Amino acid sequence: MNIAKPNSYRSGPDERGHFGIFGGRFVAETLMPLILDLEKAYTEAKADPAFQAEMDGYLKNYVGRPSPLYFAERLTEHLGGAKIYLKREELNHTGSHKVNNVLGQIMLARRMGKKRIIAETGAGQHGVATATLCARFGLECIVYMGAVDVERQQPNVIRMEMLGATVMPVQSGTRTLKDAMNEALRDWVTNVHNTFYCIGTVAGPHPYPMLVRDFQSIIGNETKAQMQEIEGRLPDSLVACIGGGSNAMGLFHPFLDDPSVEIFGVEAAGHGLTQLHAASIAGGRPGVLHGNRTYLLMDADGQIQDAHSISAGLDYPGIGPEHSWLHEIGRVNYLSATDDEALAAFQLLSKLEGIIPALEPAHAIAKVMELAPKLPKDHLMVVNLSGRGDKDVPQVGDILKGKSK
Amino acid sequence: MTTRIDTRFAELKKQGRSAFVTFLMAGDPDPATSLEIIKALPKAGADVIEIGMPFTDPMADGPSIQAAGLRALKAGMTLKKTLELVRGFRKDDNATPIVLMGYYNPIYIYGVDKFLVDAKSAGVDGLIIVDLPPEEDEELCLPAMKAGLNFIRLATPTTDDKRLPAVLANTSGFVYYVSITGITGAAAADSSAVSEAVARIKRHTKLPVCVGFGIRTPETARSIASHANGAVVGTALVDALKSSLDAEGRATAKTVNAVAELTASLAQGVRGAQQAAE
Ligand SMILES: Cc1ncc(COP(=O)(O)O)c(C=O)c1O
Repeated sequence: MNIAKPNSYRSGPDERGHFGIFGGRFVAETLMPLILDLEKAYTEAKADPAFQAEMDGYLKNYVGRPSPLYFAERLTEHLGGAKIYLKREELNHTGSHKVNNVLGQIMLARRMGKKRIIAETGAGQHGVATATLCARFGLECIVYMGAVDVERQQPNVIRMEMLGATVMPVQSGTRTLKDAMNEALRDWVTNVHNTFYCIGTVAGPHPYPMLVRDFQSIIGNETKAQMQEIEGRLPDSLVACIGGGSNAMGLFHPFLDDPSVEIFGVEAAGHGLTQLHAASIAGGRPGVLHGNRTYLLMDADGQIQDAHSISAGLDYPGIGPEHSWLHEIGRVNYLSATDDEALAAFQLLSKLEGIIPALEPAHAIAKVMELAPKLPKDHLMVVNLSGRGDKDVPQVGDILKGKSK
Repeated sequence: MTTRIDTRFAELKKQGRSAFVTFLMAGDPDPATSLEIIKALPKAGADVIEIGMPFTDPMADGPSIQAAGLRALKAGMTLKKTLELVRGFRKDDNATPIVLMGYYNPIYIYGVDKFLVDAKSAGVDGLIIVDLPPEEDEELCLPAMKAGLNFIRLATPTTDDKRLPAVLANTSGFVYYVSITGITGAAAADSSAVSEAVARIKRHTKLPVCVGFGIRTPETARSIASHANGAVVGTALVDALKSSLDAEGRATAKTVNAVAELTASLAQGVRGAQQAAE
């Protein structure tokens, strides 16, 4: 591919929200004034030390940061290669990395005087994080969730309701994350005057991919400092799972300009890349959906195709635009793991380390199982453990029972 | 460059009346019935015809129009077949303006340049692309203008005076004022709010202003048409079509007439209005 290499991989997006050809603002006119307001509010907040100071306070005392960088000794021994570290985002309040971003967006919503918050959610982790911070700050919270996901992620539905949020099951389309996002956009178009749309990943119209990335970059910044302290140098490789790509972007971004660091994003290959899957880069091409241009799963006529993953949080036919760009310029390697591989990794990590991961980062662990054994023992590998598996315990329990029969 | 849209609005102005603009989804409930329906519209009183390009994820549409798009896709509708539909209509009607309305992705995948050439030659006059605001004009709006197609922009209640010039800058044919913040099929705005908004837009442009979203009855159509240069009806027509289908969602002997009859009664409403003074 003859795309010019930039001086820095960290300088995007441009002022119109583009990462190369990706990104942009493909939304209805009704939303444009608000999106421009949001961009302005974020620019001002970023320059305001009081905003950062307030965030830092909540990150430390409410979210529980910094999250540990843990040396997974038994997993390392078992795989017999690279030294594996887990970035423990699953220890955050609410159980995943999603809270980092939600905190930032809720602080912005407060600055903008918005009292009604809407969100879309797949696995329910983003919904839970949003419901949690809305409870904390006394804001109305409505969460759109595909009806299929409401079924398979019951524990999170119950949590959101306990936190005072209204969960709206979405019956249209494939009844998963993509349709929840459509429905949230419809709500936003209707209630634009008083509503803040808290997007759960590095996708959507500019400035969302940028601001979500910025709020999640705390993952990579901490990792850099922690690795320096433990090992006295940078890691050699990073691995993270990708639904929309926010936990991955948060870990990757601070390392993009460190050429010695190899970076791997892991998409969900579902039943396999030639069958039903959710791997937008491996099996898609550039198109326009949900406010941005990015890699999408679609048919020859530009109609969006159904995604499939065992993990509700990865079950999305798109990916954040910055990932599409990092793929095309070749800075990040995008791999994929199947449902079965993720299930095997889920069990391995539970048994070896006493950590039950969410099905989403189990996809990242699955690729670690493949990559690590081939690497030397002094290779430092960091895996983003984006969330804990509590929400998946009933689902995985049913699958394992079914298998043992 | 004068398009069929410009010609039609000039004629209507001479007659002192507003336009009745109909919206239906291409290929709903199947390509053949869809062509028959569209052919029946001008006789029933449609002055301008908007045709939806079906898309799996119509973010700004309500349940009726979303379902219409899915019916069409299930019946095998594609963008290429939508252009064939227009070509079929043009065999007998070279005067009624046709505007394609939809979302950008199918056009982007078809290829913008090829799409513009094929649309022009099929007899399309204008485009309304919901998810292309002025900030993304380079994608399709500017090439469409070059290719001789009107690019009709939506203005909304959130488009304030500061933003209006940017929205109108590359708009041609007419301006489509969305009377509510919301999705298609939602309740209509009241006519005094619409009249104020239309007057506000007219301070910024000489283009005709048509108003849509939420118009369902001849009475509302009349009151909107008395404040604007045109009234657009979509969801009510799509609902009339849907009511005529059998249990499996297939066309029946009643389908074409159901749409034509409602079109005729809405057109009566629009014709009963005095056009707003310039
Ligand atoms: C634990 C966990 N990891 C990852 C994801 C995928 O999101 P992203 O790719 O934005 O990190 C989700 C989404 O629900 C999640 O719950």
